[in-house]
Amino acid sequence: MDFPPYDGTPDYIASPALSQIVNVAVGLGRPLLVRGEPGTGKTLLAHSIAEALGLELHAWHVKSTSKAREGLYTYDTVQRLNDSRFQDRDVSDIRSYIRHGALGEAFASERPSVVLIDEIDKADIEFPNDLLHELDAMRFAIHETGDEIAAVHRPVVVITSNAEKELPDAFLRRCVFHYIAFPDQAMLTEILKVHFPTLEEDLLSAALIRFLALRDVPELRKRPSTSELVDWVSALNRGGIDPALLANELPFLGTLLKKEQDIDTVTRRARGR
Amino acid sequence: MFIDFFHGLRRHGIGVTLQEWLTFLEALHKGLIRESVDDLYHVGRAVLVKHEAEYDLYDQVFLHTFGDAPAPPAVTQDVLDWLDDPILPRPLTPEERQRLNALQQDLEELMRAFEERLAQQKERHDGGSHWVGTGGTSPFGSGGFHPGGIRVGDGGGSMSARLIAAKRQFQNYRHDRVLDIRGLQIALKKLRRLKRVGQEEELDLDETVGATCRNGGDIELVFQSPRANEARLLLLMDAGGSMTPHARLVSSLFSAAHGLQHFKSFQHLYFHNCPYSTLFRDIQRQDAMPTHELLRSIDEDTYLVIVGDATMHPAELTEPWGAIDYWHHNETSGIEWLRRLRARLRHAVWLNPLREAWWNAPSLLMVRRLFPMYPLTVSGLEDAVEQLLQTRPIQ
Repeated sequence: MDFPPYDGTPDYIASPALSQIVNVAVGLGRPLLVRGEPGTGKTLLAHSIAEALGLELHAWHVKSTSKAREGLYTYDTVQRLNDSRFQDRDVSDIRSYIRHGALGEAFASERPSVVLIDEIDKADIEFPNDLLHELDAMRFAIHETGDEIAAVHRPVVVITSNAEKELPDAFLRRCVFHYIAFPDQAMLTEILKVHFPTLEEDLLSAALIRFLALRDVPELRKRPSTSELVDWVSALNRGGIDPALLANELPFLGTLLKKEQDIDTVTRRARGR
Repeated sequence: MFIDFFHGLRRHGIGVTLQEWLTFLEALHKGLIRESVDDLYHVGRAVLVKHEAEYDLYDQVFLHTFGDAPAPPAVTQDVLDWLDDPILPRPLTPEERQRLNALQQDLEELMRAFEERLAQQKERHDGGSHWVGTGGTSPFGSGGFHPGGIRVGDGGGSMSARLIAAKRQFQNYRHDRVLDIRGLQIALKKLRRLKRVGQEEELDLDETVGATCRNGGDIELVFQSPRANEARLLLLMDAGGSMTPHARLVSSLFSAAHGLQHFKSFQHLYFHNCPYSTLFRDIQRQDAMPTHELLRSIDEDTYLVIVGDATMHPAELTEPWGAIDYWHHNETSGIEWLRRLRARLRHAVWLNPLREAWWNAPSLLMVRRLFPMYPLTVSGLEDAVEQLLQTRPIQ
């Protein structure tokens, strides 16, 4: 499958390195594993790829109780049992009680698609291993019916991880890996301009300087990320804050810092000066 | 040139596999890498390196292979290996031992002498045999040789100096000491006590079939609550002093347990050499927690894992006021605190980072009579978990 090269979308700025890695992963047909600080746009990357390449997106948000098979299909036994009792539906066809998961849908779809497996490290430690075969072969069997679902088009698979757990080596070997580093000042400016095209230059640069200084406070438990910066600037913008004010004050601090201790730390430091 | 790159990466500890290397070649072959060094760099990194912690090493090898930068000093890894594998302090010659034995005093006398000497001492002394200082044979100080002295402050014993001189004769032991976090996690995952808790939301298939039959074929759905892990883990870790060479081992066990999110509760506390009346929430031992508070509040089914070398002067274990830290006024002896911990908890083990061949210190043998002891390796942890899972009556 040939796609036009990916190069970010109007509302998602991808660094040249990231764009290139996306193209390599698509070209090799390998899953792309992205890791990085929270709020650096790991999940949005999949949406952006789908949009840029004109593909459907099948998202699978992994939870601590997720099982690998749920991404392929689930078999609704209770519904079938219930239907057989009241005889209001034909229960002889098991197929009508099989529901595809995100991967299953993508395999069965006539159109090429993007599959997002979000926060894979939240699930059980064996979870990634259970998906190895399906991601390799791009096919799976439904035990209840004996049907085999093979991918019509090899989907682009994007996997995100917060590094809460170590992923198994066998799984890592098959992936293309990219670590999304925290954007530098130039890139942050660009991101802010995408979100607020009409923002005054003064406010933007004053806010950025304060934000970057805040990220450098060593005692912070959770450093503010890009998405929090966007929220903050949006609040500043709407509140009509004078850029000169930012030199001495941090209005709407709650949009940047989400932990009580962090707010304490920053206010104490501000007073200490 | 490319094969040099491959070997270079492997030589410097980035575990590139053949499969990953073939993927890299495939990317080259498919024209996914345009003719630029930047492209080669980024694509190579994405395909060959799977953790951002290895990015820096990759950069160095890349620069060396495709640029003119010197190879990164591989010696760093060697030094880490040595530190992971400390050797025993040098045996003392008979004359030295005799001299030191003459200095051997019983603990109380030693304490008094220490206080006196501290009162007299006006300046820093190193390498001597009388004043409080470093590197000498005085019973007081740090980093010196005295079998029964008081160490003032942290800073390791006579182990470290020897390490630098160590030849690579211990390199071969490495493979049985490699502790990968995942291996530890898999071992720890066996610690579970499943209980049904919360809303009844899971279909109980067996019971549903039974109830439906009793109902004469009319379907009767029976639900049950899902099972959750009720296991609690308490990790007590020896920090500082003679444990410094094992810091990496201990921290991999800690991150394994911490990252698992498998337990109903996971608590970790630190101590120095032996738990006394106070335990600490942080490794610097600043944030204190009274041990009796822990004993009072803890669930008796908590799995207790103590990590330490259990190697200390016997008095530190058996004597009141015996703690190595002078400020740690322990009215109750360390062994008594250990006994209380043991008596309070149903499941307890001791993991020792020392190799089993060295398990001969008198204090270690005493501790071992109280707690089943296992080496801090993946297989040692597996055995320890087996032991924890056995229910034994509280002593």
